[in-house]
Amino acid sequence: MTGPHRITAGLLTDAAKAIGFSFDGRTLTGLAGDTLASALLANGVRLVGRSFKYHRPRGVVTVGPDEPCALVDVLTKSGREPNQLATTLELATGLAAESQNRWPSLGFDMFAINDRLSRFLPAGFYYKTFMAPGWAWERLYEPLIRRAAGLGRLQAAISDHAAPAETLHEHTDVLVVGAGTTGLAAAALLGASGLRVLLVDQDVALGGGSLLDARWTSWREAMLATLAKLDSVCCLPRTAVVGAYGHGVFGAVESLAPHRIAASGGLRERMRIIRARRVIFATGSVERLIAFPGNDVPGVMLASAALGYLHRYGVAVAHHPALFLNNDEAYEAAFALADAGVRCAGIIDVRPASKAADRARARGIEVHGNAVVAGVTGRRCVRALQVTDADGRNRRTIAADCLLMSGGYSPASALASQLGAALVWQSAIAAFTPALDSASGYVAGAARGCFGLAAAAQDGASAAVAIARDLGRILRISAPAPDLPVDPQGTSTSAVWEIRGRGKAFVDLQHDVTADDVRLAQREGYEHVEHMKRYTTHGMATDQGRIGGLVGSAVLAAARGVPLSRVGQPHPRPYLQPLSFAALAGMEVREHFKPKRRLPLHQWHESAGATFVPVGVWLRPLVYSKQTGWDPVLKEARAVRHSVGVTDVSTLGKIDVQGADAGRFLDFVYANSMSTLAVGRARYGIMLREDGMMLDDGTVSRFGPEHFLLTTTTANSAAILEHLEFQLQANCPTLDVLLTDVGDQWAQFALAGPRSREVLAAVVSGIDVANEAFPFMATAEANIAGRTGRLFRISFSGELAYELAVPASEAQSVWLAVLEAGKTFDIKPYGLDALNTLRIEKGHVTGAELNGNTSADDLGMQRMLKKQGDFVGRMLSQRSGLSAPDRLQLVGVRPADAARRLRNGAHVTLRETDTASLGYITSSTPTVEREGWVGLALVAGGRARIGQRLFARSVIHGESLPIDIVSAHMLDPENLRVRA
Amino acid sequence: MLRIPCPWCGERDEIEFRYRGDASVSRPAADAGIEAFTTYTYARENPRGWHLEWWLHVAGCRKLIKVVRHTLTHEIRAAGRADESLLLPPEGSGE
Repeated sequence: MTGPHRITAGLLTDAAKAIGFSFDGRTLTGLAGDTLASALLANGVRLVGRSFKYHRPRGVVTVGPDEPCALVDVLTKSGREPNQLATTLELATGLAAESQNRWPSLGFDMFAINDRLSRFLPAGFYYKTFMAPGWAWERLYEPLIRRAAGLGRLQAAISDHAAPAETLHEHTDVLVVGAGTTGLAAAALLGASGLRVLLVDQDVALGGGSLLDARWTSWREAMLATLAKLDSVCCLPRTAVVGAYGHGVFGAVESLAPHRIAASGGLRERMRIIRARRVIFATGSVERLIAFPGNDVPGVMLASAALGYLHRYGVAVAHHPALFLNNDEAYEAAFALADAGVRCAGIIDVRPASKAADRARARGIEVHGNAVVAGVTGRRCVRALQVTDADGRNRRTIAADCLLMSGGYSPASALASQLGAALVWQSAIAAFTPALDSASGYVAGAARGCFGLAAAAQDGASAAVAIARDLGRILRISAPAPDLPVDPQGTSTSAVWEIRGRGKAFVDLQHDVTADDVRLAQREGYEHVEHMKRYTTHGMATDQGRIGGLVGSAVLAAARGVPLSRVGQPHPRPYLQPLSFAALAGMEVREHFKPKRRLPLHQWHESAGATFVPVGVWLRPLVYSKQTGWDPVLKEARAVRHSVGVTDVSTLGKIDVQGADAGRFLDFVYANSMSTLAVGRARYGIMLREDGMMLDDGTVSRFGPEHFLLTTTTANSAAILEHLEFQLQANCPTLDVLLTDVGDQWAQFALAGPRSREVLAAVVSGIDVANEAFPFMATAEANIAGRTGRLFRISFSGELAYELAVPASEAQSVWLAVLEAGKTFDIKPYGLDALNTLRIEKGHVTGAELNGNTSADDLGMQRMLKKQGDFVGRMLSQRSGLSAPDRLQLVGVRPADAARRLRNGAHVTLRETDTASLGYITSSTPTVEREGWVGLALVAGGRARIGQRLFARSVIHGESLPIDIVSAHMLDPENLRVRA
Repeated sequence: MLRIPCPWCGERDEIEFRYRGDASVSRPAADAGIEAFTTYTYARENPRGWHLEWWLHVAGCRKLIKVVRHTLTHEIRAAGRADESLLLPPEGSGE
């Protein structure tokens, strides 16, 4: 036995395996199978933390995931993880945990003064107090509050594992949430019918309430054996369903056992995304606290916790516990403790009489009927209780070292609520039950108020029959294999929510919300339960106020003077419990965070020393140098202006358009005419959105009467394909057109510069590339370096240029052939920076100018809009506002002083010190052929301002420099070079 | 998360589709005038209830499909090809 409170063998613990761990630096011993909480209680450790706001001493309250108080930091090699639940944290060798929210130590906490000042810290205190002055919030109040409040401290721990969580996708006929007697009975029947069943439970062992009742051991074991034999059933313990998302989709997180974590090198969690045709919520119920003064003193806990620690871990939570309850079920804790030799200090039952009280008295346990607990003596642990009759008279003191409370049981209805279940008040159990449309799912067992293990098992079987019928199977229920133990006869629960008296009576232990806070919220007008929740923060802590949620609603109902059924409960949203970001991220971390697309020539670019830049999902060569600054960029650009360069433009979107109506369709989606394009020619085209603004630009080439190829900008390639598919299928369904994305099939290179024709002539065969034979905007199929490809005479750089397209698999051999042929002319590969430099000088637009706010007129393309025929955006582009003379129009800019640089985003102003903006610089670059910079800008009435001197003002850089507004066509405005 | 029954591919996750708006509006004739195009481009009903929608199956067959969805419950009552005419269930039903 480890620890003085370990009085018997536990169901989950292995008495032969002692495990050393530490808490607040103190070395202790527990057993394999323990949680941190059970190991601490076995060692007699009662005080485990300080509360959120008042820094009151707190102990363990529950035995599972509903725990509000026993939150700890877990120290790891490289950091600390805060807010771990001691009640579910499994003990592993060397586990080091620390208590939270105390300074300097758990025993002596300076901020405990907050408890004495609590009169001045009511609900809404922050809102009311920290109002002015405005500057003080960020600099003074918030840091102060954050130091005093809050829970654990986060210190990022770097996982050893590549990804500490993974994502799995599950498909099943029936999802059964919860493996108590309800879920086990349902799963066994459904599985036997051949339906695929996924049975999940958040506990480490399947069985739910049957784990806590020895009479059910043989039934449970028989059911588990049956399930293990069924191939159609998959059982997932340690798996908590955290959200119900409709359409049969659920999220569930599996927490791996410590030894599995160690064996897998640090994989800790699995997020399972479950798609189920049907669902059964067999989620059981949650025991409620009772609000009475001092209901947070360490040693006050739920009756079910005492039962759980005894059966699961062999731990007695106290030597001399008393009980305060309003129902028969909670008596089981007293009986179990008595069986284990722990003498009960007395049972305080709010009801005058009950069957369970009779059974208790028969066993010699004192029962105080029609009585309540009015207060607790003790600060760091319970020493005695003040008990009175229900009317407040006959006050007496009962010595006890622990108080087990039970305010009744609330069906765990959160998942059903997420699927739209209405809550129906049931006075017999003093709780709401969910009413769910059977098309959305079935709620069975204690989750719908059907209490008692045998009753719940039968209810689970009924749900299974109904679901099987929905799915076309007939189930014959033979008597469940072993006979069900008989549920004890009971007397119904009598609602009790709050015992008013001096001292704080908490409705939310984790967020330190008292019944008085709820009443204050009501007085101040926050009458709706959702408003009260937000004003007091009741139910907003990591435990979501599960054990006290309904109590808060009841206090609110009493304050409003309306029945609890009218107040209801706040709507529970996903997630039902705290999740790690790691579980949500799954394997999409580090280099897998975002997909990266590499060009067919990526390796060549890399070996040529390229610096890469992410463009959308693509990695593109920015410049073939590791050197920063403009020198290497300008060297590449100069090669293009003076001789020849080649660049990889494979990232351009490429869409193949074929069919008898291909030309008509392109006329509809492009603002300029495409059906008039001759075979063997290419044309620059612009697309508008239906609202008349610019959508994208690119080239359209015609290879045959019914065969076109269009290119899109890199960034828009996916969106344009979707746009075209939508326009074709929604607005032109009768056209004979086929769209095919061929972006990945073709590698494409731009060969640019005055010597490009000579290089081209050396790599192509069977085609005359002379200026007259293959003029500007010509296109043709061609043999390129021995491969069948396509040749386009188009230019983005403003120079004589060609684009060569070859199948992606041939990219490298063709690229190398081009470089080889260009050697004589000192050809240079150029990257995205040089490409931009060249296009800005030429005045070509890209994403910075096609920003969704520019019209064709703004960019000087109004004349491209065809006069005849319909096209997307035609009508609304005619709105006069879109060509108003004062709109932001595209112009070129140059600094008046050639030694100054331009900055993207700088505002254009009329005078040096103006703050009124006339527009802004969208793109800028040093010039290739002389000193200085040029840029493109969108300037109000810009075209009329050509020739003016304005200012480029960058507040960030603290500068305002004179600039000259020029035409956007800054290089070769007559287009002589491209036609040379 | 929606599970959308694509008439070509079967039931698939919402993430495979791109929502393309209200399928009950149709593009006016070319000469319908600015008013009609303004309405077509900007004016949309925002019903509480049944809604006829375009969804493009971008990670599947790349077909545009029509879906009848309830905006409150997310129930999908029907899905069909782009050229099918799907009827909306009576107003107020399905809640």
